[in-house]
Amino acid sequence: MKLIISSLVTLLLSFGFISDQSNKELQLISFPEFEEMTNEKSDKIRIFNFWATWCAPCVKEMPYFQKVKDEDPKLDLIFISMDDGRKPERVTTFMERRNVSSPVYLLNDVDYNKWIDKVDPSWSGAIPATLFVKPDGSRFFHEGEVTEEELKEMIKQLK
Amino acid sequence: MKKIGLFLFSVLFLAAQEFVQAQDSQGYKIGDNAKDFSLKTTDGSTVSLTGLDGAKGAIVIFSCNTCPYVVAYEDRMIELHNKYASQGYPVIAINSNDAKASPGDSFEKMQERAKDKGFTFPYAYDESQEVIKTYGGTRTPHVYLLHKEGNDFKVKYIGAIDNNYQDASAVTERYVEEALAAVMNGQPVANQTTKAIGCTIKWTKAE
Repeated sequence: MKLIISSLVTLLLSFGFISDQSNKELQLISFPEFEEMTNEKSDKIRIFNFWATWCAPCVKEMPYFQKVKDEDPKLDLIFISMDDGRKPERVTTFMERRNVSSPVYLLNDVDYNKWIDKVDPSWSGAIPATLFVKPDGSRFFHEGEVTEEELKEMIKQLK
Repeated sequence: MKKIGLFLFSVLFLAAQEFVQAQDSQGYKIGDNAKDFSLKTTDGSTVSLTGLDGAKGAIVIFSCNTCPYVVAYEDRMIELHNKYASQGYPVIAINSNDAKASPGDSFEKMQERAKDKGFTFPYAYDESQEVIKTYGGTRTPHVYLLHKEGNDFKVKYIGAIDNNYQDASAVTERYVEEALAAVMNGQPVANQTTKAIGCTIKWTKAE
């Protein structure tokens, strides 16, 4: 019986009846793991957006990021959640409800003073905040909420 | 053409950096004299630095009702006040959020919050946002520890309360208390500034 169910699931998966769950999974990461991610080689501009489910301006700007990313194959978008790592279900529920398709990681390190400057010295710690990493490794950082137009303009400047 | 583009980008990038630096320099740095203020508080009175009776300084905390980080720190803010007000360093919590942008941070909601939590410290409303602009606060909670020297209130520490918002019992660095201990003993403060993730200030939008 078990075998039948599992093969059925595999079949459904292969036909795409069950959507791929891989991007619905939430991974908790440490700061060194985050840093490693930002240092990975890529031929795209990678956008790391710092947000949290409880942060109204963050939630407001998330669709802009998703839209701009969906319209431009030269962009990669990664959401970095500042939510409470002891309650990851808050983030997974949010992701399901809002259909967040880009990968989401929860940076699970509350000793903030140890790492905020390493993301960017100009960051005061307020969210939303966004780190752009260009293919050549150079970085651009923005603290605060953006509109869709402002985001597009920033990306244009980076190209 | 590419070169011109690159040049333009560099110029813009430098300009953006200048802008960020200019923004940073707007607020107080360690050693600056903090300007006095007079703000209405939730109990119907007003609070000012010079009006603090027998104070040797103050623990000014830019706060609000709606930020989960603030909520996580409210009990610790009460503890700080109860422990240090009698030693001359009362907590003054200031909400600068615009009530239109953040209805949960209206003066009425502040009064509710102060009553529900039993705040022992003054909780003041910076409706015009002038105080936070002068100080340079960018998030909540954001602490400015002031120490009275003559008639001046010198900024001795700027930053977070401690290094674990989630769990008070797991804190390993009590930034504000360590700074206070140094100030009270006439010693230099080891960690003069710290950073923490916090909520943005809900600025008043120009009409």
